[in-house]
Amino acid sequence: MMGKRLDVRKTHKLFIGGRFPRSESGRTFRWEAPDRAATANICRASRKDFRDAVTEARGASASWAGRTAYNRAQILYRCAEILEGRRAQFREELRAQGTSAAAARKEVASAIDLLIYYAGWADKYGQLFSRVNPVAAPYFNFTVLEATGVVAVVAPSESGLLGLLAALAPVITGGNTCVALAAQDYPLCAVSLAETLHTADLPAGVVNLLTGFRAELLEPFATHMDVNALVYFGDDRAEIAQAESCAAENVKRVTVCGRAEWEGTPALNPYAILRTQETKTTWHPIRF
Amino acid sequence: MPAKKPALDFDTEWSYSPAPQSSADVKLRERYKLFIDGEFRPAESGDYIESINPATEETLAQVSEAGAADVDRAVAAAREAYTRSWSRMPTAERGKFIFRIARMIQERARELAVMESMDGGKPIREARDIDIPLAAAHFFYYAGWADKLDYAFPGRSAQPLGVAAQIIPWNFPLLMAAWKLAPALAAGNTLVLKPAETTPLTAMVLAEIVREAGLPPGVVNIVTGGGKTGRLLVRHPDVDKIAFTGSTAVGKEIMRALAGSGKRYTLELGGKAANIIFADAAIDQAVEGIITAIFYNQGHVCCAGSRLFVQESVAAEVIEKLRERMETLIVGDPLDKNTDVGAINSRDQLERIHAYVEIGKQEGGEVYQSSCSLPEKGFWHVPTLFSNVSQSHRVVQEEIFGPVLAVQTFRTVDEVIAKANNTPYGLSGGVWTDKGAKIFKVTRDIRAGVIWANTFNKFDPGSPFGGYKESGMGREGGIEGLLPYVRLRAPRGR
Repeated sequence: MMGKRLDVRKTHKLFIGGRFPRSESGRTFRWEAPDRAATANICRASRKDFRDAVTEARGASASWAGRTAYNRAQILYRCAEILEGRRAQFREELRAQGTSAAAARKEVASAIDLLIYYAGWADKYGQLFSRVNPVAAPYFNFTVLEATGVVAVVAPSESGLLGLLAALAPVITGGNTCVALAAQDYPLCAVSLAETLHTADLPAGVVNLLTGFRAELLEPFATHMDVNALVYFGDDRAEIAQAESCAAENVKRVTVCGRAEWEGTPALNPYAILRTQETKTTWHPIRF
Repeated sequence: MPAKKPALDFDTEWSYSPAPQSSADVKLRERYKLFIDGEFRPAESGDYIESINPATEETLAQVSEAGAADVDRAVAAAREAYTRSWSRMPTAERGKFIFRIARMIQERARELAVMESMDGGKPIREARDIDIPLAAAHFFYYAGWADKLDYAFPGRSAQPLGVAAQIIPWNFPLLMAAWKLAPALAAGNTLVLKPAETTPLTAMVLAEIVREAGLPPGVVNIVTGGGKTGRLLVRHPDVDKIAFTGSTAVGKEIMRALAGSGKRYTLELGGKAANIIFADAAIDQAVEGIITAIFYNQGHVCCAGSRLFVQESVAAEVIEKLRERMETLIVGDPLDKNTDVGAINSRDQLERIHAYVEIGKQEGGEVYQSSCSLPEKGFWHVPTLFSNVSQSHRVVQEEIFGPVLAVQTFRTVDEVIAKANNTPYGLSGGVWTDKGAKIFKVTRDIRAGVIWANTFNKFDPGSPFGGYKESGMGREGGIEGLLPYVRLRAPRGR
C-alpha cells in the first residue's frame, strides 16, 4: 500500500577544499526550525576543521589571485546564474529558518543581484584604484592592488544567505581565498550555497564554509598565523575586543562590519573590496 | 679571507680632504619645552631628558619629558582646535597653511639638515639631499589635497577623524614627522606628535615653524619623551586615530592596547627586504644598488635591503665587487660631506647590532667587514657582510637595523621568490635584471608593499609606502596616504 511519499532528508556538511566532509571532530549541533516543523543535525566545525580549511585556502590562493580579472568576473557571474536556478530551494530554506515568504523572496533576489554587482567589479576595481604616481625623479612609479591573501570571515549572525554572500563576495572578487563561518542559527542556506559555488566552477579552496559556534571558533579565526585578514560581522563588543587582540599575533588586518555593510544597496560598493586589498608600489628607472 | 688589495683604491692617487659642513647656523637651545596649544611649556613634572650627538657622545640639548598631565593637555588642545577651528576652516585655507609649512622648511633647510645630522648621526649629505627636501615636499604635496579630498575617493565624501596621535622613530626624524603631519592636517585632523626619544630636535624646530606659520593653536602639538609617553598617547581615551612607525613588537603591543576601542590605527613596522640580483642584471649598477639598499642611513631603514640574493652564476663576481665597493665607503664624521656611513643612532642600537653580528658568527656565518678605521668617540659600526648563511639563520630572519647584510645565492626564479617571501615581513623588495617580463613577474610575486626594480630606497610624497604581513598596515604617501585619516561617507540618497 502506497502512502505519502517519504522525503529524502539532506545531510548538512562542511565545505572544505571543494569537498563536503563532516567535521573531523564528529560533532554536530541540533538545529530546529522556529516553528519546530523541521530539525537537522548540523556539523559543528572544530578548530582543526578551520586549520584544514586554511590550508586549502592557502593552497588555492596564488592560483585564484593569479587568474585574470575577467575570469574571476565570469565565475562570480556563473555563481549568480546557478543561484538564480535554485531560487525556490533557497526561499524554502529561508522560510524554514523563519523568514516570511515575501522577505525570503526579496533576500534571494538581493543575493543574486549582489553577486552580479561584484562580478561586474572584478575587472574594474583594480583599474579604478590603481595609479601612476608623478614622482619628482626619473622613475616610472605605479601602484596596484593585490589580494591580502587568506581571509577569515565571520558572517553576520542575523542573515543566512544575503549576509553570508555580502561578507564573502567582496573578499573573493578581490582575489582572496577565505574560510567563512556561517550564521549559527541559519545554517541551511550556507550548506546549499556551498553546493551552488561548487557547481559554478569556483575553484576548490577559494571559499571554505564552516558551520558551528562563533564563541568556539572566533579565537582560532583571529589567532591563526597563516590568515592575513579577518572580516568580522557583528557588534558584540567582547567578541570584537577578543578578535582584535588575538589578531595582533601576526598583524592581521581586522575589519568590523555592521548591518549597513550587508543589508540594502548602500552595502554594495567597491570600498568593500578594498577591505582585503594591499597596495603595492613599484619603482623603475626611465633613463639608462 | 686573506687580505686583498682592493681594485677600487681611492687612496693611492688622491685622498679626500675633510669637507666639513659648518654647524655655526645651528643655534641649539639648552632646553626644549613641549609644544602644546600653540605655546612652549615645560612638562608638568619638570623632567628633562638629554639628546646626545651619537658621533661625539656630547649632550646637544635637553628636551622635556611629557607625562600624563602633559599628554592630557595636548590631546585636549588638539580636540579643542579640531572642533573650533581646523575642521571648520575652508579647506583651501587649510591647504594654504600647509603650503606655508612646506616653504618654511625649505627656507630653514640647511639648519634643519645640520641639526638632523648632529642629533641622529646620519651623513649630512643624506640629511641635506634627502631627508629635509623630502619633508618639505610631503607638506607641499598634501597641502594641495586639502581642498580636493572629494576627488580622491570616487563616490564618497571624505570626513576627518578628529584627533590623531602620531608616534615616529629615530631613523628619519623630520621626514617621518612630515609623513605623519601632512596627510593628517590636509584631511582636517588635529594631532599630537611624539618624536623619538633620541632624535627630538628637528621636531622642535618644526614646532617653531608651525607657530610662525600661524596655524591655530592646538592643531599641531608636539610632546617629547620616551616609550612611556608614547604609551600614554596610544591609550588616551580622547584620541581617534593612532599612527605609529617603529618596531613590529611595539606595533603588536599597540594593536592589543587598542583592541575593542574602535579607534583607527595605521602601523608602519619592521622589514627584512630581499634584494634580488639576477645574472642578466647590469652588475656594476646592481652593486651600487646593494650598497644603497643596506648601507644608506647606516642601515637604519625599515625597508633596507638586508637580505641579498645573488644568482649563483654571478655570485662570485657580485660578492667580490661588493667587497671592493664596501672598502671605499667612508665611515665617520656625519658632518663631513664626504661621509657615506655616519654614526649609529644610539649606544643601545650599537649594542643590538654587535649582538646580532656575534649571533651570526656563532651560527656559522662567514663575516666580512670593510677595513676602515672608526673614530674613537661615538657609536660606529663598520659595513658588514655575512655569507654562508641560510634561511634559518637569525641574521637572515630578524631585522638588525644596522649596516649588516646577509647574502645567499639561488638558481631559479621560483626558488628566489620562495626564499624572498619566507619571512613574516613584507615591507619592500628589490629586483635587478635587464629582462622586462622578469621584472614584472618577480615584482608581482614578492609579497611586499614597495618594490624597487633596478633601483632601491627611493621615496616620494606621491608614492605610497607601507607593508604587507607583519610589516604593518595602511600606507603613507600618495592618495593611499590620505585614507588612514578620513572616514568615507556615502553621499545622501545612495
